[in-house]
Amino acid sequence: MAKAKNNTLKLKFDTSWQYAPAPESKSIASIKPRYELFINGEFVKPSSKKSARLNDDSRSGGYFDTINPANEEKLSEVAHANAADVDKAVKAARAAYDKVWSKMPAKERAKYIYRIARMMQERAREFAVIETLDGGKPIRESRDFDVPTAANHFFYYAGWADKLEYAFPNRTVAPVGVAGQIIPWNFPLLMAAWKIAPALATGNTVVLKPAETTPLTALKLAEIIQEADLPPGVVNIITGAGATGAAIVNHPGIDKIAFTGSTDVGKIIQRAIAGTNKKATLELGGKAANIIFEDAPLDQAVEGVINGIFFNQGHVCCAGSRLYVQESVYKTVLRKLKDRIETLIVGDPLDKNTDIGAINSKQQLETIHNYIKIGQQEGAEMYQSSCALPGKGYFCRPTLFTNVAQSSRIAQEEIFGPVLTIQTFRTEDEVIEKANNTSYGLSAGVWTDKGSKIFNMTTKMRAGVVWANTYNKFDPTSPFGGYKESGYGREGGLHGLLAYVNLV
Amino acid sequence: MIAEKTKMIIPDFRLSPGVDQVGVEERAARVTRRSIKKESKLNGLLLALNMIDLTTLEGKDTDGKVKQLCYKAQHLHDAYPGLPTVAAICVYPSMVKVAKQALGNSGVKVASVATAFPSGQAPRDVKIRDTKYAVANGADEVDMVLSRGKFLMGEYNYVFDEIAAIKEACGDARLKVILETGELGSYDKVRRASDIAMYAGADFIKTSTGKISPAATLPVTLVMLEAIRDFYYATGKMIAMKPAGGISKSKLALHYLVMLKEVLGEAWMNNEWFRFGASSLANDLLMQIVKEKTGLYQSKDYFSID
Repeated sequence: MAKAKNNTLKLKFDTSWQYAPAPESKSIASIKPRYELFINGEFVKPSSKKSARLNDDSRSGGYFDTINPANEEKLSEVAHANAADVDKAVKAARAAYDKVWSKMPAKERAKYIYRIARMMQERAREFAVIETLDGGKPIRESRDFDVPTAANHFFYYAGWADKLEYAFPNRTVAPVGVAGQIIPWNFPLLMAAWKIAPALATGNTVVLKPAETTPLTALKLAEIIQEADLPPGVVNIITGAGATGAAIVNHPGIDKIAFTGSTDVGKIIQRAIAGTNKKATLELGGKAANIIFEDAPLDQAVEGVINGIFFNQGHVCCAGSRLYVQESVYKTVLRKLKDRIETLIVGDPLDKNTDIGAINSKQQLETIHNYIKIGQQEGAEMYQSSCALPGKGYFCRPTLFTNVAQSSRIAQEEIFGPVLTIQTFRTEDEVIEKANNTSYGLSAGVWTDKGSKIFNMTTKMRAGVVWANTYNKFDPTSPFGGYKESGYGREGGLHGLLAYVNLV
Repeated sequence: MIAEKTKMIIPDFRLSPGVDQVGVEERAARVTRRSIKKESKLNGLLLALNMIDLTTLEGKDTDGKVKQLCYKAQHLHDAYPGLPTVAAICVYPSMVKVAKQALGNSGVKVASVATAFPSGQAPRDVKIRDTKYAVANGADEVDMVLSRGKFLMGEYNYVFDEIAAIKEACGDARLKVILETGELGSYDKVRRASDIAMYAGADFIKTSTGKISPAATLPVTLVMLEAIRDFYYATGKMIAMKPAGGISKSKLALHYLVMLKEVLGEAWMNNEWFRFGASSLANDLLMQIVKEKTGLYQSKDYFSID
């Protein structure tokens, strides 16, 4: 195409026609003032009145507050489980495993899982609102992605329950026992579904701990599980912070650990279970490369990059946080990126028009701000959208960094926020080398119109998931997991069953 | 104009950017997730109303029919004062004179289809005469059709030259080039045809004649708006957009405005740079506008059907 004669041309997206606020109603969501621990089919008080250490001052007896990050107001308080509570939960899970769940005919197990899936769908709107209130993600995402995908996981694994002999032909499939599952704050309900559904389908029982900043949808799920009449103790959901998680990991009654979260904690878990018989799957951090070749459909590639990094405020382990653009189209891509982020709406997560919601916690916002400062100190050039931020709550503008080197910390370390680094490349070999030059290996994206290039790139990317001409596509049938410091084991699909079975 | 064109570097249209079908349809679908409520809705409806090219393109059109339509264009719903007029009336060349007289100095423009609409299957000199006839009768805008057969055969120079010749025949009238996207077969081709039309001198690019299904769709419009944006950055020249056919509901019209706002922004948000080619959309907009103001839906019988 013809070269731009005039680099001062600019489009104005702050138009006189504005979208009026369109908030989703909060009234659909019933949030109790206090939540107990879900152990053995009942909600029980924590054994200690005095809270053990929770890393901030929000403790109140044996309970801690969970807040709405969009306005910093308290939503509810949840019980803080200590080692004694963990012990109680593991024992309940063991008893349920021995006496009921492992002996139940597989198709009966499936009925329960289907029931959970359907009840989740029935209450989808309530789940979406609570997910958004507790975690800060836009209602558009919790409504259109988190909740439906979570229900789909239950449906999918319910289908496998009585077909395991077909999943692993000529092998005898046995459950593992009691699974200890620790999940992160970025997709609270979806991660709970990823963990619980395959465990139940294969005949295991579960002790699950949601993250301390986002416990509410997991506790709502506990309510559904109770209403679904799942035998007591098959699923136990206990809340707490790091110490509670450590108690689960170290409990001798646990046969398998499933963890999604930071690489640092993943390493601690790995050390803790060394020398034990515990199986583990770890899904840890990422610093994915998103690669645009000059022959790519650029407008769609830019849209994919935007979704890749700004989806869920960038709190996505597989976020495409490192963009590599072939140098011949660099200027065009950068201009298109800048235009597109101007049209992203940052604000009230409950507003149906919000594209980027609130950062999950004050601590995470500080981490992101710190990295933005580091980026500037490293000499990278920063561009942020001009949007106004709400006065209260934790918000961050979508941010681009250019003039970034492989050795820049912002290009090496996981920021877990709406911050994209942009680098250029000249040849295919160069970008393969640069994209793989990271300690992580969870995901990658390739944008090109040439099929042969896609196959070459996807075989050479050292990443668990490689998307071609799209990004952040998830399906229960598709396995997900990492290379290198992004962890090991796969969740989802047929591969996801493997982590929860012993094959004879 | 010619001086301007000589400064422009004409690209190789075989190298027009490709379009990913899945990606462009996803982006278009995301536009429909925007929630337009309250004053935003009312303002959007009024804006859409003011962007309509009220159209009648029937073999059975008569002077009387066109006069009625011209009256409607200026008096959309007199029960409800303060409404804007539509942007233009769109008719066959033979009706231009009647329409021009009926509209007088109301500010409503007269657009005429030309160049052997809707097929475009006629020799170039016939097309030029068709155009000149419309302009001589007072057409403010000419809606020509792309020679799809030649385009699909890869004869881009022919197509380019034809558009340039019609542009010349238009004189001061603004030229809309109808791509007839329903016959082009892929988004890649829509993008390429858009590029050819813009570089050849189109003032507007327009999706469809309304005689072929599918007519305008959101993804096709998105591809064309993105072509307009790239052209603007490359040349500094603004091109207007007109989706036509198949847009009969207010909600869909608002989706188009959302797309316009997020792809091209403020400068295009008026009827100089964006039009809806539609006939039944106006009444649906009126119904919604009345509902927004009164809180009540009225029956179709309360809105005139000229």
